[in-house]
Amino acid sequence: MLEIKNLHVELEEEGKKILKGVDLTVEAGKVHAIMGPNGSGKSTLSYVLSGRDGYAVTEGEATLGGEDLLEMEPEERAAAGLFLAFQYPVEIPGVGNMTFLRTAVNAQRKLRGEEELSSGDFLKLIRAKAKTLKIDADMLKRPVNVGFSGGEKKRNEILQMAMLEPKMCILDETDSGLDVDAMKLVSEGVNALRNEGRSFLVITHYQRLLDHIKPDVVHIMADGRIIKTGGPELALEVETQGYAHLLNEEA
Amino acid sequence: MALPQQKLDATGARLAAMSAPEGGVWISEARAAARARVEAMGLPHRRDEYWKYTRPETLVDPQAIEASTFETYEPTVFGEIDRLKIVFVDGVYDAEASDDLSLAGVEIEPLAEAGAKDIHWARDLYGVLETRGQSPVERPLAALNTAYASDGVVIRVTGKAEKPVSLVYLQETTSSDAIFHHVVKIEAGADLTLLENGPAAARLNKVMEVEIADGGAFHHVRTQGRAHERRAATHIFARLGKESVFKSFTLTVNGALTRNEAVIELTGDDAVAHVAGAALGDGATGDFHHDDTVFITHDAENCESRQVYKKVLRNGAVGVFQGKILVKDGAQKTDGYQISQSLLLDDDSQFLAKPELEIYADDVVCSHGSTSGAIDEEGLFYLRSRGVPKDIATDLMVIAFVAEALEEIEDEAIAADVLSRLESWLQRRRG
Repeated sequence: MLEIKNLHVELEEEGKKILKGVDLTVEAGKVHAIMGPNGSGKSTLSYVLSGRDGYAVTEGEATLGGEDLLEMEPEERAAAGLFLAFQYPVEIPGVGNMTFLRTAVNAQRKLRGEEELSSGDFLKLIRAKAKTLKIDADMLKRPVNVGFSGGEKKRNEILQMAMLEPKMCILDETDSGLDVDAMKLVSEGVNALRNEGRSFLVITHYQRLLDHIKPDVVHIMADGRIIKTGGPELALEVETQGYAHLLNEEA
Repeated sequence: MALPQQKLDATGARLAAMSAPEGGVWISEARAAARARVEAMGLPHRRDEYWKYTRPETLVDPQAIEASTFETYEPTVFGEIDRLKIVFVDGVYDAEASDDLSLAGVEIEPLAEAGAKDIHWARDLYGVLETRGQSPVERPLAALNTAYASDGVVIRVTGKAEKPVSLVYLQETTSSDAIFHHVVKIEAGADLTLLENGPAAARLNKVMEVEIADGGAFHHVRTQGRAHERRAATHIFARLGKESVFKSFTLTVNGALTRNEAVIELTGDDAVAHVAGAALGDGATGDFHHDDTVFITHDAENCESRQVYKKVLRNGAVGVFQGKILVKDGAQKTDGYQISQSLLLDDDSQFLAKPELEIYADDVVCSHGSTSGAIDEEGLFYLRSRGVPKDIATDLMVIAFVAEALEEIEDEAIAADVLSRLESWLQRRRG
């Protein structure tokens, strides 16, 4: 599904090297987790994959289902099946949540050469999906993320994911700012979307999110590279012993 | 003080080209007094401090510059709103095209009719609020309007108007040079929503005087747009009584030159005045220069005023904001807010802002801010990452930018109508 080979990335303005040769393959239907200390390059990886400005790829490649991601505009990557759940979802005043989602769903369909959803069909779909995430009609009507609590914003991200039905979902520190109940709700939302054709890359500092979203593979990232890969037990090791010993091991 | 020769000449040339309309005693007196004011002040000149950012020549010259008309010129905005429609064509009231003027709780008369009478209640307002508004800053184009306006409406509201009154300004000839003067009197506890739209004329000079008695409410929503070559100078003068509410919102798209002045005086305690505007200009389809000039005077206790102005400018479009909050001695517990912001979509566009506060009371809260910036990259990326193409995402960010001004429209249906007009303007530009 997602293949990253020897990816080197630096900040466009300062020329600071952030990613220093990342290799990662996420197979269809699998959940991979990336853990690592602050500044290890986890979020940068998610931004580079989704096409945010400000980063320069100096070496390496990233493909999704064989398509070169790095050549595409952000909206093309989305239409190709990539989705990034933001650590800090952005507030868009004046634009209704529902209007935004309908615009997004239909824009993706158009880019893929599919027929647009009628407003009736769209409404039925979003109501059903919103219900399972405990998102009420009011939240759908309100401007995108404006006045939403931390938990509401993250639930809204998952709702977008559910509506857009991407093939490859990247969750960037989705657990940050969530209380236990909200984390459970968000995780249930994610788990409901797990299937054979859909892959996940879960970026997190802590192991606790991985109690709810069980990963198949866990990677440890440090200083712009993946330094260790293992099963779910690797996440537990981090939880009990911290990153320090892994980093020392590497050195 | 003698006026500079240039100003004297320009004023003389304009006045020589004007002819005083026929009218009854009261209006003839008001017009003569206004003409004397114009002669004393002189018409605006580009060296005037108050016209530093907007060149007044084309508003002052004897001849109006022509502006093309549209074949399908009937504007569709407010078309779905249940309203009483009053139509003006090239500045002249068109009874045929207008609805019957009877509306429960509201008395409506064309200015030409009211002016033909020898005595009329409007005498206490016509040119009166305009005159008050001439100090501390002179507004000669408004006095010119009082002196020469031959049409407009005179509205007295005694109860809650059952539907909005909608003034529709059509333009049929390319050389039309229209002068409107409206007078609105809201009696105690009464309530009116007034809508305005349409290109009006190649050149428009419009004055609206609004007096709101204690506990009255006036909601005003207007759209100015479409015609690229039109030029307009408009003034709203409002005086607010105790616990009254005044809310005005203007959407402007296109227009070679627009200067909208709002002069508001809060004279009764606990009154609320909100003025807001969203202006969108694209220099690629014609000159765009938009000026919002606002002067709010707090002269009573515990009043609230808000000024919210947003401008979206591209391809050399120019936006101007001159906004002032004057808090007089004794106007304690004043809550004043002023924000003027521009979204500059390229390096060629320009925003000129002059925010001012002048406060003589010691127990007030006044805040003001003015910013110019590019589109929020964070928001743009967020939308694009969901599959929204860049051009549509940019338009959504534009809507997000002007949202705070749009929120000043209280009526949901009217707000939705204005938003859809804004959306279609953006859409046309996307092609």
